[in-house]
Amino acid sequence: MELLWLIPALPLAGFVILALAGARMPRPLAASIGAGSVGLSALIAVVTAAAFFPDQRAHTQNLWKWIDAGGFSSDISLTLDALSVVMVLVITFVGFMIHLYATESMSGEKDGYSRFFAYMNLFVGSMLLLVLADNLLLLYLGWEGVGLCSYLLISFWYSDPANSRAAMKAFIVTRVGDAAMAVGLFILYKEFGTLRITEVMNMAAAQWSSGSTIAVAAAALLLGGAVGKSAQVPLHTWLPDAMAGPTPVSALIHAATMVTAGVYLIARMHILFTLAPQVRIAVAVVGATTLLLAGISALAQSDIKRALAYSTMSQIGYMFVALGVGAWTAAIFHFMVHAFFKALLFLSAGIVIDALHHERDMLRMGGLRHQLPLAFWCFLIGAASLSALPLISAGFYSKDLILWESLASANGSAWLWAAGMAGALCTSAYAFRMVFLIFYGKAQSEASYRIAVHSGLRTKAPLIILALLALLAGFLQTPESLGGISFFSAFISTALPSTPTIGTAMSEGTMQYLSGFLSLLGIFLAYIFFLYNPDYIRNFIRKPFGFALHCFLSSGWNVDRLYDILFVRPFIYAAQTNCRDIINLFFLLVALLHKGANRVLCASQSGLVRKYAFGIAAGAALILGVVALK
Amino acid sequence: MMLVLLIAVPLLAGLLCLPLSTIHRKAPFWLSLAALTADLLVAASIWANCQTDAVAAASAGRWLISFRIDWIPQLGVGIHFALDGLSLILVGLTEFLGIAAAISSWSEINERAGYFYANLMFTISGILGVFMSLDLFLFYFFWELMLVPMYFLIGIWGHENRAYASMKFFIFTQAGGLLMLISILGLYFIHGRATGIYTFDYVQLLGTALSEPEGTWLMLGFAVAFAVKLPAVPLHPWLADAHTEAPTAGSIILAGLLLKTGAYGFLRFVIPLFPAASAAISLPAMIIGTVSILYGAAMAFSQTDFKRMVAYTSVSHMGFVLLGIFAFNEVAVQGAIVQMVAHGISTGMLFFIAGALQERMHTRDLTLMGGMWSTAPRMGAVTLIFAAASLGLPGTGNFVGEFLVLLGSWQAGAAITAIATTGLIAATVYAVWLMHVTFFCSAGTEWKFPDFSFREMAVAVVMIAAIVAIGLYPAPLLKVSALPVRAILNNTYVVPDAAALSQQSRAAVKPGVIR
Repeated sequence: MELLWLIPALPLAGFVILALAGARMPRPLAASIGAGSVGLSALIAVVTAAAFFPDQRAHTQNLWKWIDAGGFSSDISLTLDALSVVMVLVITFVGFMIHLYATESMSGEKDGYSRFFAYMNLFVGSMLLLVLADNLLLLYLGWEGVGLCSYLLISFWYSDPANSRAAMKAFIVTRVGDAAMAVGLFILYKEFGTLRITEVMNMAAAQWSSGSTIAVAAAALLLGGAVGKSAQVPLHTWLPDAMAGPTPVSALIHAATMVTAGVYLIARMHILFTLAPQVRIAVAVVGATTLLLAGISALAQSDIKRALAYSTMSQIGYMFVALGVGAWTAAIFHFMVHAFFKALLFLSAGIVIDALHHERDMLRMGGLRHQLPLAFWCFLIGAASLSALPLISAGFYSKDLILWESLASANGSAWLWAAGMAGALCTSAYAFRMVFLIFYGKAQSEASYRIAVHSGLRTKAPLIILALLALLAGFLQTPESLGGISFFSAFISTALPSTPTIGTAMSEGTMQYLSGFLSLLGIFLAYIFFLYNPDYIRNFIRKPFGFALHCFLSSGWNVDRLYDILFVRPFIYAAQTNCRDIINLFFLLVALLHKGANRVLCASQSGLVRKYAFGIAAGAALILGVVALK
Repeated sequence: MMLVLLIAVPLLAGLLCLPLSTIHRKAPFWLSLAALTADLLVAASIWANCQTDAVAAASAGRWLISFRIDWIPQLGVGIHFALDGLSLILVGLTEFLGIAAAISSWSEINERAGYFYANLMFTISGILGVFMSLDLFLFYFFWELMLVPMYFLIGIWGHENRAYASMKFFIFTQAGGLLMLISILGLYFIHGRATGIYTFDYVQLLGTALSEPEGTWLMLGFAVAFAVKLPAVPLHPWLADAHTEAPTAGSIILAGLLLKTGAYGFLRFVIPLFPAASAAISLPAMIIGTVSILYGAAMAFSQTDFKRMVAYTSVSHMGFVLLGIFAFNEVAVQGAIVQMVAHGISTGMLFFIAGALQERMHTRDLTLMGGMWSTAPRMGAVTLIFAAASLGLPGTGNFVGEFLVLLGSWQAGAAITAIATTGLIAATVYAVWLMHVTFFCSAGTEWKFPDFSFREMAVAVVMIAAIVAIGLYPAPLLKVSALPVRAILNNTYVVPDAAALSQQSRAAVKPGVIR
């Protein structure tokens, strides 16, 4: 337990070393510092979790006083409870797997090898601070830290304008959410005089009535932050573009960990959200909207990573639905399983992309299952887990828990459930669309013939381990009808309340049959439309309506265009129109008046005596006239 | 005596710079560096002294160290210097950034270097005087003193449009200064008429009874002068030109220090001298602060000149300072002070980078830059860190400042703070845009130039260490500023009885005594 501080400190130390000396280091050393620091951190996380497990008492480690000003006080202080144990284990473990994979997959970089690991270590350190923070300000530090790393890693190949633009977009859009979150913190501080999470939650529970305006405002503002970070509607547009970064980045940051920070935040502040039923409903609606919007969009993507990005948004949408109905455990369980299978999918996709010399268009792939057997099997397992293939995949257990509780819990509704079921159909359809397009059928371009495979142990081991987890992690928590293991929910119950269910028209077993059927139906549809008779879709897209629909979906429902017209262009237009600073004009005018007056007066100094004489005479006459008239 | 030394050392060094430059070309540089370092050590020793709690407690609301002798006793003018936590922090910042400014001129200034360093030193001692003077006459003297050498710095060693910029800078500040002079005289006579003691001494003028219109008008005279310096929209147009055209050292001093004199003036003079009148303008001032935050950020985004862009970010950052000061609570004012220091360091460093780039590329035009990370990764990384500081990333001092300001001003006005918070988004826009057009997105031209040298890297490392230290452990700063802030807000600066007052005005206080 006393080693808790080392968990975030090790990756951060790795970052500092790599940032200072990485450029002059031999590559193996940079790699071992980069991956080793995260590995050590994972090791300590396991030790700490083992120490935590017997009595499960939350443990706080106070490091130093951060800010102390005018009554506001905030510490650099870490807390470990069941929720953060799960988060820390997933982050360090999946993080280590991906770092290991990256030591090999990034070896083609000319310069920037150590820079990559420096950023990645900084990311892992910040993410760990985020989940271990015992107060909201430190959480905010981690929150912004991961945002910065995300920005840096998306623009890792900085010289391509598209990458740099994607990075800017990601950072700015998430900062919109972050600003809302900051205001949320101001409210909480003003009301409670502290930002310590436990104190805030206790006081909120004691002082705020359910549905009071202040509770709703605070929860809604925090939701703003969560929506931005977790790429949910309406701040979701940055995630597909974020795929411009290297694939390990997409796997770690934009799939497994950072984008689920919003889920963590809401789970962590669950008492606040319970006190604001309106916001809780909003969480569920946001989740349902996103899971449908992104799930349908994923069906029309041709870029392998963009398809996975939409899939990530959609899966996080499920987690939001779970949070919205108060199924906290289900959300965190799905977060964990999703981290495993989505990391697996990205890493296998990475092998495919590397083998095809950076080809990312799935329509130009095909038939790769023989050339890339490891990638094929891993991708297949990942896709099965993503599609929640009944019984054998971990995704089945986690997603079914969400679906069941979205219907059966006290806050559930048939609408949410229906959206989830529709999403499930989409999910298995797009997942296996990817499988069929990439690995089955005929090779669609010459790129597929020029395969360059160089998978070493550091590539294989993470894939195999993640594949096993994507299959087996589900058995930590199974429904009543299938063994009724409740290891996960029992463990996390010290941190998150359980979800009471009420009677429904449908039994859990029936629902499982139904969702299992939808999952298989999706695979079948994918088979029909993308493998058995791909011409049907191709012909459909050639028709005007089909083409329009395809464009609409593949662009993610044109939300980017909308924001461009509503926000980006007006801002740029206003800023550029005024780039000379209109306020300056006023002062220029003052200066001009003076210059004018100067000219007039100069002209009077003509040096002609008769003019002066005339002036004297006129002046005298004027004064005399005034005196005389008085 | 220590306080006189603080001002005299750079002043003497400046005087010596002129003859020394004939002995060796780099002699003025080394002399300035030595003088500023010595000065910094003096300030640090005072700092170390006041860190002990006993001294801090004893000096609650008083001065850590002060010095007073008569100057023109017939008019009630004295030479009265004193330091409290607030001025101590700013004195330290002045010397710290002064060193950075001197180092930045190493290779940039080759013409009339002796005269250049002399002006630099004169400006710095003027600024030190401003931060330490407790006599309004003396304060005004230093206020003007720091202008003139700055005018020369811009006008002689500046860039293309230097004549215009230096003139504009001078007229703006001078106009503000004149209004302040009127207010000082007004206060002098009102106080004299009421008490019979005609004095410019700040301590005695505190608590002068003023009618409402008197208070408002006198306060406005001060406020306008300081708002020009700060600068607050719409009094900012001098800044973009002055910062852009000044040589690197000039820009660092301008942004890092001269702007702080404005904020300092609000804290030291406007609020304590006119508590009621300044409380009355609290909301308008907060609105101006918020407008500055957003307007400055939007302007920064649209600039195509590196230095002009950084200049406008100053408008935005100093808006936070104004917002914090007029929120009238401890959290916000402490935040404003941290923001002042952090802005000094981060913007100072951005100007340092701009200067280094200009030396290498002979342009500041952002549209010509791009993709420079590959040729100068060290410069890129340093720029990145200070761009991150600019956008208020947690872990940098700017975050501590901005967060405290917003947290505190939320207590004073929720709606206005919510609007000001969107400044965080606007700051992100210009900061990532800056990275995009300089070091990331390649623009076609392959730039090839040397990366940061050892000298430049040393400055960068110290500045990074400073900004991160403030970001992660601001306690030393907050502790020193806590008492003065409390005194300013509660208006409990000094409550001397009448006997002590008259005695004080006649007898010179023993120098160097910690009271």
